[in-house]
Amino acid sequence: MQTYDLEANGLRGLNSALQELNGSSNKTAWEIVNPKGSHAIAVGLNSPVEVTVKGSTGYYCAGMNQQATVRVEGSVGPGVAENMMSGTVIVEGDASQYAGATGHGGLLVIKGNASSRCGISMKGIDIVVHGNIGHMCAFMGQAGNLVVLGDAGDALGDSCYEARFFVRGSVKSLGADCIEKEMRPEHIEILKDLLARAGADAKPEEFKRYGSARKLYNFDVDNAQAY
Amino acid sequence: MCGIVGLFLKDKSLEPKLGDMLTDMLITMTDRGPDSAGIAIYGSEAGGRTKLTVQSDAPDEAFDGLDGALAEALSTDVSIRVIDTHAVLDVPAGKSEEARAALAELRPGMRVMSAGDTIEIYKEVGLPEKVAERFNVRGMSGTHGIGHTRMATESAVTTEGAHPFSTGSDQCLVHNGSLSNHNSLRRKLQRDGVRIESQNDTEVGAAYLTWKMQHGATLGEALEGTLEDLDGFFNFVVGTKDGFGVVRDPIACKPAVMAETDQYVAFGSEYRALVNLPGIEDARVWEPEPATVYFWNH
Repeated sequence: MQTYDLEANGLRGLNSALQELNGSSNKTAWEIVNPKGSHAIAVGLNSPVEVTVKGSTGYYCAGMNQQATVRVEGSVGPGVAENMMSGTVIVEGDASQYAGATGHGGLLVIKGNASSRCGISMKGIDIVVHGNIGHMCAFMGQAGNLVVLGDAGDALGDSCYEARFFVRGSVKSLGADCIEKEMRPEHIEILKDLLARAGADAKPEEFKRYGSARKLYNFDVDNAQAY
Repeated sequence: MCGIVGLFLKDKSLEPKLGDMLTDMLITMTDRGPDSAGIAIYGSEAGGRTKLTVQSDAPDEAFDGLDGALAEALSTDVSIRVIDTHAVLDVPAGKSEEARAALAELRPGMRVMSAGDTIEIYKEVGLPEKVAERFNVRGMSGTHGIGHTRMATESAVTTEGAHPFSTGSDQCLVHNGSLSNHNSLRRKLQRDGVRIESQNDTEVGAAYLTWKMQHGATLGEALEGTLEDLDGFFNFVVGTKDGFGVVRDPIACKPAVMAETDQYVAFGSEYRALVNLPGIEDARVWEPEPATVYFWNH
């Protein structure tokens, strides 16, 4: 276990040390102390390193992650795990806006609440939020799964493509072209696996599934006057 | 991008440290707003007196003999405390409007930053650290205060474009965001006789609140009104003589974090601004909801 004091040694030193492991199969463990809300902690990692951040972070923690496991023992600012490709990011507290935005793969777990625009333009990432999510989540979501154990805010899944949304609580409103869909056995299986991997104590049968009505995929001449 | 910090104390023992804590918070927000900085501080009240904070680009000339001249114009006693480009004039309560009119005659180039029983506003162009140093914000005590670091978008980098804006007696407002209907709203408010002195969008937001309250709204109701009548992006933090309020627009793309303990309520554009507050590890920390008015009172 290596310990890095971010306040004493600075951000660049941390990210270059972690990025030096990129491409290796080195499974070292790192602990980052005194994050104090700093931005861009543990970004651009590409090795199976395990990073634990002892406190809350600012913008873009664990951005562009590949392979690494990043655990934040606190809350995170905007854009956690933005554009994640693979690996796992776990936030013990809350996440600010656009958590997991544009993510292509990997698993993002938020044990608290996520605010607005969680999973915006998601492209294959799996996101499990133990609490509630804010408005405009998964806007233009293309692929992947967004699982919410609590409630969802306004305009869930607006203009979404093929991303799937599973919500256990209430949904304040659905966005344009997002509808409730039938929960089939294959969805129960997907959900069971995600809940287990996210350490979430919930039954797949308690959730409702939402997704695209696929009515915005093609131009409809009846809508011509809207442009 | 701009930075906002705010601190509303519940624990009186922290009051002597208010300026010190706010200065640290303000400097942390430098990279969100290095153009200019300002602070509104709610200090102690001297019974029956009103404070006018004024600013001049030529303070030596403007403040020289100002207390005597104003005392003569108002036929009363006036004291002055000069701090760099600002000065705090102390006049009898109820003389505030008369003093404003007299100051406009006596020193036409001078600006009134604030008026009220406890509020003082200091703001200038420059790095937040330098601005705080010039006014010795660290040494100030008080019950609550609001600071702002500015990265200008809607109007020029000038002292009058810096925040906070005073919105009436003992009221102030800071803003992160940009309003898109400020020109039409400015014309409307000016037709109604509201005083607006700059081309800045935030001043229109501040004037809007004043106007609503002049028409009988409480501050809470005036803040609710912003959600309906203002178009654009905003996080507003407002101060009154004994209160502290926060509102975010419904889109809420401008960042905001709040923290509350038994000792204080704090606002920061980012969590970084709050990390050195006492007891922050055990504070309730949350992101204020969009289109929701938060308000605390002493």
